[in-house]
Amino acid sequence: MWLDPRNPQLNKNGELHHLLSIDGLPADVLRQILDAAESFAGVTQREVKKVPLLRGKSVFNIFFENSTRTRTTFEIAAKRLSADVINLAIAQSSTSKGESMLDTVANLAAMQADMFVVRHAASGAPYLIAKHVGPDIHVINAGDGRHQHPTQGLLDMFTIRHYKKDFTQLRVAIIGDILHSRVARSQIHALTTLGCPEIRVISPRTLIPADIKSLGVHVYHDLREGLKDVDVVSTLRLQNERMQGALLASGQEFYKYYGITPDKLALAKPDAIVLHPGPMNRGVEIDSSVADGGQSVILPQVNFGIAIRMAVMSIVAGSWRG
Amino acid sequence: MKLHIKGGRLIDPCNSVDGTHDLFIAAGKVVAVGNAPAGFTANHVIDAAGKIVCPGLVDLSARLREPGFEYMATLDSEMDAAMAGGVTSLACPPDTDPPLDEPGLVEMLKFRARNLNKARVYPVGALTEALKGVRLTEMAELRESGCVAFSHADVPLTDHQVLYYAMQYAATFDIPVWLRPQDATLARNGVAHEGQVATRLGLPPIPVCAETAALAVILLLARETGARVHLCRLSSAEGINMVRRARHDGVKVTCDVAVHHLHLSELDIGHFDPNCHLIPPLRSQRDRDALRKALAERLIDAVCSDHCPVDDDAKQLPFSEAEPGATGLELLLPLTLKWAEEDNVPLATALARITSDAANLLGIDAGHLSVGAEADVCVIDAGRYWTVEPATLKSQGKNTPYSGIELKGRVTHTLVGGQVAYELK
Repeated sequence: MWLDPRNPQLNKNGELHHLLSIDGLPADVLRQILDAAESFAGVTQREVKKVPLLRGKSVFNIFFENSTRTRTTFEIAAKRLSADVINLAIAQSSTSKGESMLDTVANLAAMQADMFVVRHAASGAPYLIAKHVGPDIHVINAGDGRHQHPTQGLLDMFTIRHYKKDFTQLRVAIIGDILHSRVARSQIHALTTLGCPEIRVISPRTLIPADIKSLGVHVYHDLREGLKDVDVVSTLRLQNERMQGALLASGQEFYKYYGITPDKLALAKPDAIVLHPGPMNRGVEIDSSVADGGQSVILPQVNFGIAIRMAVMSIVAGSWRG
Repeated sequence: MKLHIKGGRLIDPCNSVDGTHDLFIAAGKVVAVGNAPAGFTANHVIDAAGKIVCPGLVDLSARLREPGFEYMATLDSEMDAAMAGGVTSLACPPDTDPPLDEPGLVEMLKFRARNLNKARVYPVGALTEALKGVRLTEMAELRESGCVAFSHADVPLTDHQVLYYAMQYAATFDIPVWLRPQDATLARNGVAHEGQVATRLGLPPIPVCAETAALAVILLLARETGARVHLCRLSSAEGINMVRRARHDGVKVTCDVAVHHLHLSELDIGHFDPNCHLIPPLRSQRDRDALRKALAERLIDAVCSDHCPVDDDAKQLPFSEAEPGATGLELLLPLTLKWAEEDNVPLATALARITSDAANLLGIDAGHLSVGAEADVCVIDAGRYWTVEPATLKSQGKNTPYSGIELKGRVTHTLVGGQVAYELK
């Protein structure tokens, strides 16, 4: 009420300037990204995969937390847009020498950066960076704590749209560690914004955060009940460290009650698709026969991820003329 | 030095005074209210027409950061802030470095504060040595040195046996024990109220049961030991209900709330504003409304600034990594007035919560303007609007959720012991 209600991602014309969260983005911005990705998906099939939209621009991948897949797909996407890409794994460099995150960022900005792709273990870190960079620098959140992983959420939407066309007729189930999942939060906001009428989250009570219903989802604790007649099955990675504490008894028990197996998947609609953001724990959240089965779209997701990141980077940079 | 504060609306809640009365001060004391004593000739007259004249404010919790955290704030800077906020008496928590667990440290702090001739400082001593939760401090000795109560500040005291013994020991000497109810294990890693905002932002949660579970233990031990327990910074509606029931059952317990929690809720975290990273966490609007109501009903005895100056480096971090706390000394009065205006609480009642009621909890002779009392006085322009600009705050801590917010009510004069220690330019 008292504090600045402005959406720090959008410029005064309502255009995307940073991509920090799906939360707060209007549906037409999401559709613009998905449509742009559609055209870039064609580029990735061509023999010459480069377009000059970011020629002369410098993209800094600043990863305060380790990542292979996300960093790599951002790198490929930036290179296909003809940008210069600099990868920094900060976990092993400056901050371990005591430099603050904002000092690190200020130094990189002084190297004429045009775009920062940021991953950080603390929720909200990209907001802080976005607040402190100059008006010509764009910040893209590549995953912050438990908060958001917007490009993952968008590539999941791209995948769903690719296979299912219309969001307004879908029933989507998200299964697993909702509590710690930035992917789940991005998916939920994207789905509600795009008009998906029924989103279910399925997990034991320990992995469902408080008041999750306020995000517009239905809560299920019984996997069989929750999977009934759904069109999309989105599984989440269960991180090993979660099984060390008191949130869960064991990976085996989780698999028994919440793992996606062929017989459970059979409860969903016959043409339901299965998503997973990777990396997968086979035999924990998903059975290999499902992960590699005919309903799995896990590998196409990875390929779409490049197109989505090309779309996001060219749109925030203002070089996309769709 | 003889002073005449003329034509103001004198509100002295302790003496049920609320009306246009002049105040006469000589030799540092109040010598008359209403008519001048015979032969009184003032050296200085303060024209208080259109203003409120009340006792200097008494703040139950203001971190001064000395000793040990001078990079965050110093006694000099924070005493200036206290004066600008009209705060003439304040209690400071023991979580300095080293913690206030030895008479020498307490005496030094009091000596340094006295020399500045501004607010009167009442240290709250550490309940255990170095706040480690293992050995009790020499509470009786420390009280002789000037400690008014004993607490564990925000440092977890997880060992219930130590807490039990500490309360028994304190009860032996009728020493007040101040505790902030939060179960450290239930709150582990948490930074925000467990609710829709923490869920949306992906912030590790602190559930309400972290407060209520701790309250259950404290209230049981208070009943068992008969210790004089004061609960610091309640944050939840359920916590208030527990205190209400305990009082109804005859447990002698008092409590306070931080002024921020009367106005802000989890929603104000917005886009990860680290200035809203507070201890205890800002909870739901329902909790906030319950706190406001309980303060009006005096179920909550007093409101404090919970002043926590933090340096920029420690605040310019992602929400969960940022040092918690907000600066508050200069905002205690306008934010209390704001609460009173919004909830139709009589001005005298509102001022009582930051003067006489707080002084009672501290067990000090302050917060009133009886004839013969120390002339600690605050003159307020209650209708004056001003905008909170961090850079212009006297406190070294510029960390405030109210940056850019317009507030009503400003201190124009602060008197300590009959001396004008602050005058608004």
